[in-house]
Amino acid sequence: MKLTVWTYEGPPHVGAMRVATAMKGLHYVLHAPQGDTYADLLFTMIERRNHRPPVSYTTFQARDLGEDTANLFKTALHDAFDRFKPQAMIVGSSCTAELIQDDPEGMAATMDLGIPVIPLELPSYQRKENFGSDETFYQIVKAIARPMERTAHVSANLIGPVGLGFRHRDDITEVTALLEEMGIAVNVVAPMGATPADIARMGAAHFNVLMYPEHAETAARWMEKNLGQPFTKTVPIGVGATRDFIAEVARIAGVEPKADDARLRMPWYSQSVDSTYLTGKRVFLFGDATHVKAMARVARDEMGFEVVGLGCYNREFARDIRKLASEFGVEALISDDYLEVEKAIEDLAPEMILGTQMERHIGKRLGIPCAVISAPVHVQDFPARYSPQMGWEGANVIFDTLVHPLVMGLEEHLLHMFREDFEFHDEAGASHHGGAAKARAVEAEPETDQEAAAGAAPAEGEIVWLSAAEKELKKIPFFVRGKAKRNTEKFALEKGVHEISVETLYEAKAHYAR
Amino acid sequence: MTGFTPAPPAAGCRNAPVLKERGQREVFCGLTGIIWLHRKMQDAFFLVVGSRTCAHLLQSAAGVMIFAEPRFGTAILEEKDLAGLADANAELDREVDRLLARRPDIKQLFLVGSCPSEVIKLDLHRAAERLTERHAPHVRVMNYSGSGIETTFTEGEDACLATMVPTLPATDERQLLMVGALPDVVEDQALSLLAEMGVAPVRCLPAHRAAEAPGVGAHTVVALTQPFLNETAAGLERRGARILPAPFPFGEEGTTAWLWAVAQEFGVSPETFAKVTDAPRARARKAIAAAAETLGGKSIFFFPDSQLEIPLARFLTRECGMTAVEVGAPFINKQIVGPDLDLLAEGPVIAEGQDVDLQLDRCRAARPDLTVCGLGLANPLESEGMTTKWAIELVFTPVHFYEQAGDLAGLFARPLRRRAILAGLEGAA
Ligand code: SF4
Ligand code: SF4
Repeated sequence: MKLTVWTYEGPPHVGAMRVATAMKGLHYVLHAPQGDTYADLLFTMIERRNHRPPVSYTTFQARDLGEDTANLFKTALHDAFDRFKPQAMIVGSSCTAELIQDDPEGMAATMDLGIPVIPLELPSYQRKENFGSDETFYQIVKAIARPMERTAHVSANLIGPVGLGFRHRDDITEVTALLEEMGIAVNVVAPMGATPADIARMGAAHFNVLMYPEHAETAARWMEKNLGQPFTKTVPIGVGATRDFIAEVARIAGVEPKADDARLRMPWYSQSVDSTYLTGKRVFLFGDATHVKAMARVARDEMGFEVVGLGCYNREFARDIRKLASEFGVEALISDDYLEVEKAIEDLAPEMILGTQMERHIGKRLGIPCAVISAPVHVQDFPARYSPQMGWEGANVIFDTLVHPLVMGLEEHLLHMFREDFEFHDEAGASHHGGAAKARAVEAEPETDQEAAAGAAPAEGEIVWLSAAEKELKKIPFFVRGKAKRNTEKFALEKGVHEISVETLYEAKAHYAR
Repeated sequence: MTGFTPAPPAAGCRNAPVLKERGQREVFCGLTGIIWLHRKMQDAFFLVVGSRTCAHLLQSAAGVMIFAEPRFGTAILEEKDLAGLADANAELDREVDRLLARRPDIKQLFLVGSCPSEVIKLDLHRAAERLTERHAPHVRVMNYSGSGIETTFTEGEDACLATMVPTLPATDERQLLMVGALPDVVEDQALSLLAEMGVAPVRCLPAHRAAEAPGVGAHTVVALTQPFLNETAAGLERRGARILPAPFPFGEEGTTAWLWAVAQEFGVSPETFAKVTDAPRARARKAIAAAAETLGGKSIFFFPDSQLEIPLARFLTRECGMTAVEVGAPFINKQIVGPDLDLLAEGPVIAEGQDVDLQLDRCRAARPDLTVCGLGLANPLESEGMTTKWAIELVFTPVHFYEQAGDLAGLFARPLRRRAILAGLEGAA
């Protein structure tokens, strides 16, 4: 057992739902207890879909357990087939149904509905949501896609976008445009928007664009092997990655690497002098491996930040992320334990977090600005406006997103210079973030008990801040204060100093000067 | 004096045939009760023993609340727990030890059963006894099931309160026990109305803290504030308490009838009753009238969700001038909602249970002006041009008693007003 407050991923059947809901003409019959229909509202509320997910649940109850839950499943399958007339179906179990072992696969096989009925093996007590989507898409492709003659004109499938995907909707548009500029047509986008009939003609494409490895890498590999389609390895998030992507596509497709980046504003925005203060901002990244990988590069090479830590919650990509971390010279955090992530962030005291919905709340608790770069996300990250992450417009969107949570340059300078301002002080937070202005509490200076502090013999390895040094520390603006404090303490420890004076503080500052 | 008893319609719904359906049910499981219970019970922790699905449900349902140092969590079962139950018990003990070490403020720990824990027959009852011994006297460990296979949405609260009933101290005191987790502001209003009438002592279940747990005994009279407390009521009866039959305190009329049932029991004179309630009754009527302008003459259809459906249908039809087409509830206990059924005029289909596709067919055919349904159905129905009121809000908003009567009507009027305001707005989905 493992105590969990937050889970970064749902159970694998939610991943299967994300594939089913993304597609059209496909129906999912899920053997599940009453209550598991909660998952519908992920789609109807968070993603604001205007129709019910194409999922029939058996919703068995306790009284059904003694009887024939298998029959319940058969009835549900029949009813769904009659009512929704799908081109294909997927069938499987939720975590509870997995325990009662009714064998949806066997039952579906005996029913002979005249359409493909694809059974899913999703081990709920070992794997999670992303595994569920990847496996489901793979099973669907494997069951339906077949080798066929290539399109006369060079074309590609876009694979990976699913329901509840972070910005998948707009990424499709952006990537389609990138390909179009090179004269490459899109054959099928899948799972998003595809029917089983579309899956059947995926073999006609010359290659695959693997947009999200989390959801389609297994299918991509299968198609490479069985349909002879190479797939792209670069995910075009960020300016550099988009250029690399274009080069990779050109090579695979044997076309000219053409790019119309007339609307790309990100590089100039980042180069303009107003962005100078972004240099070396210490950021921590966490999310799914794909977005973390891409955004780490953006953060360092395109925004000029310093990446002080990174990690992902999906173990499937642990090796990639470890490799990336070593390239960045930082520690990789592979964990799905929210409290561990919180601890890591607390220890590193970054100036900004690039993470998921959960990191937003860690940031809120610790007072660190945060931008969302990866699922899981909530309703506000399914925006009405066009907001891709990929391609040129994606880069523009990312620039704005990453700058917004930070205190603006002039504000930052003024905070450095005048710390005693009663309404414009560091605890008041960034002035463009709303919230009532908190007037600074005017405290009476507490009598300094420097002697007392010094007199008490500090325990081994313990460090005492003399009150003058403590006061000096407070003069450092809040977004770098945590880092300064830790550096000073580390410096003192290394030097064997147990009391930190103003002097120590500045010596440490000089020591760590960059 | 019958002036405070609402006049029943020529024929009520108590004996109306009930359409009983079985099929796909689009409802929450009882785990969701944790989301409001953990706020109400300040020193309780709810530890679900379940799967990743259960944890995912809680976080999807809890939204923003989960960050405010929630007093709930999920012990997620892993492969190895399924293999050997002995290990699962040891694992559970370890997780509980760790949790309690970190949270010394916890005085009551609920081990909440889920579908997986029920199906593998993990004996949480025994575990609770074992752990109570281990952590006595500081913490009392209890257990109930919030699984989907056994409970629907608000039945989770019922199961939680019911499991506390046998642990309540015995008392011979003549007292009123108000049962149901109400928002604090609502609870305070009810207590002050009762105090002004001279009804005393009044205690509440659940209490804010373990130390404030009420006693129960042969002279305890129980007034339920929620219609879904079937098991809790039965448990209290077993302890000798008597359940007061009354409509539920929604709207001016419902609140008056509820209070009057209590007042009669405790010998409050009609004059005193009038003195205490005249002003709030007038206020409630006035507040309802504002929303009733929008609601009057409109038809309403209830999908099953919380068991609040029957009392709310009674309020909306009698006090807001609506017509009920179908009133669906996940479970109907006529003993408890009987007084509300008596007041609900004959006409609507009364449905228990659900086959969601068939019910959707009926709903589409009826084209009601307003449909009360869960979040899984609301946006899809809106996109078909139907106006919906999502049902969960009724459990997450203060809606009981006089001062909330206007807000309650307003909850139903708002989607209709919004649709009217946006009538000219069109565009692709
Ligand atoms: S329905 Fe059962 S398995 Fe699903 S979340 Fe509720 S208790 Fe867990
Ligand atoms: S406010 Fe935050 S936590 Fe709450 S629902 Fe919205 S995104 Fe989720």
